[in-house]
Amino acid sequence: MEHYHMNLNLKVWRQQNNKAKGAFKMYRVEDISSEMSFLEMIDVLNETLIREGEDPIAFDHDCREGICGSCSMYINGKPHGPWQANTTCQLHMRAFKDGDTIVVEPWRANAFPVIKDLMVDRSAFDRIIQAGGYISVNTGNAVDGNAIPINKDKADASFAAAMCIGCGACVAACKNSSAMLFLSAKVSHLALLPQGDPERKSRVINMVAQMDKEGFGACTNTGACEATCPKEISISNIARLNQEYLISSLTADK
Amino acid sequence: MTWKQVFTSSIGKKLVMGFTGIFLILFLVVHAGLNACIWANDGGDMFNRAANFMGSNVVPRIMEIGLFAGIFLHIIQGYLLTLENRKKRSVGYAVSYSEGSKWYSRSMAVLGTILLLFFILHWKHFWIPSRITGVEETTHAVANGLPVHNMYALMKDTFSELWVVIAYVIACISLAYHLAHGFQSVFKTLGVHNKRYHIMLSSLGYGFAVIVPLVFAMMPVSFYLGWVK
Repeated sequence: MEHYHMNLNLKVWRQQNNKAKGAFKMYRVEDISSEMSFLEMIDVLNETLIREGEDPIAFDHDCREGICGSCSMYINGKPHGPWQANTTCQLHMRAFKDGDTIVVEPWRANAFPVIKDLMVDRSAFDRIIQAGGYISVNTGNAVDGNAIPINKDKADASFAAAMCIGCGACVAACKNSSAMLFLSAKVSHLALLPQGDPERKSRVINMVAQMDKEGFGACTNTGACEATCPKEISISNIARLNQEYLISSLTADK
Repeated sequence: MTWKQVFTSSIGKKLVMGFTGIFLILFLVVHAGLNACIWANDGGDMFNRAANFMGSNVVPRIMEIGLFAGIFLHIIQGYLLTLENRKKRSVGYAVSYSEGSKWYSRSMAVLGTILLLFFILHWKHFWIPSRITGVEETTHAVANGLPVHNMYALMKDTFSELWVVIAYVIACISLAYHLAHGFQSVFKTLGVHNKRYHIMLSSLGYGFAVIVPLVFAMMPVSFYLGWVK
């Protein structure tokens, strides 16, 4: 694709802190390369803001390779912007054309309170993982990775679920602010493997309880989460989570 | 884990919606099947006998209590879930997101509310006269030597008004969309994630969502247009 430059209008959510009342602010960015990433474009804007003595726009980012799950941003009405199976850091400016107005908002969910501007607190996800998203192993020498035979289809499905980077786009896209796609990916990737079996029941029960405690909504199977997920986590994982929960809650010993 | 914990969790609440939803789906089959007797075109004899059986036999009467419990549980839980879910996002988006989800999947509460308003009208038309205020009896059909309620005549009379027919057809369209999401969603909630079953149940759900409401909608239309006498 041909390389081009563009001038854009940005309508960005600015909020000083969690308690402050936020509002949209308009910015003009000029001579933006089509080869830049969206975050690099924000970097350019921030450099200008710093030079002019203004507060730069706060946003989350880390690897900028689409694998860490740090970046967020709800761009023109879609988490991570207009491209499919993509994170904001991998969204390139060739997705836009000269003269476009781009609306940038933070993830909106009470369980993800705004820290500042486009940054939200996603530690609720960490606490859900802490409630059961792990396996317990004995210390000592590392065991042979191939010692336990695992069905190839199950291993593939488990790996597909493990692709979840915990970015929170599913919550941002869901009309109920439900974290079920995230949780279902975390439960599925362990439930499908023999290593996850010993803590299988307590895992799903505790993780669902923590999810509810964090203030996420209930799933109504609309499919918005799957459509926006940068890692294309399948909504069928939610049905698997429901099955895990139903069986575990009905057969729990206590 | 207590039962209260199970059914008050976010998944448990959905399970209540799912179980009651399946029960109501099964009721629709029975209701549509019995009402289809109007098309026997025998002046309502078969239909009146069927309606009399449902109203006088002890088994359907007991099931009727379960039906009302199921309907109200489904309605109350549905509204509570909708309100709870809405509270999870205090600040909304400036640009809303609608990709990947169907409008009717996002509008189950609205479709359900239309159905609730319809139920009030429907109960007023048929259930209250049949159970409480009384219906004219017919001598054509008898059960156990006694005359039965002429529900057929009541239907014919009710569906002679155009606005009633239009209201019933609108309700059937709402039911179709409510089922288009609800039927396949209920099985996801109950944990069906196997691809083969999911495809089968989704297809069955869309078929059910078209056929059953169509059968119901044809009843007032048939009376209004004089297809049944």
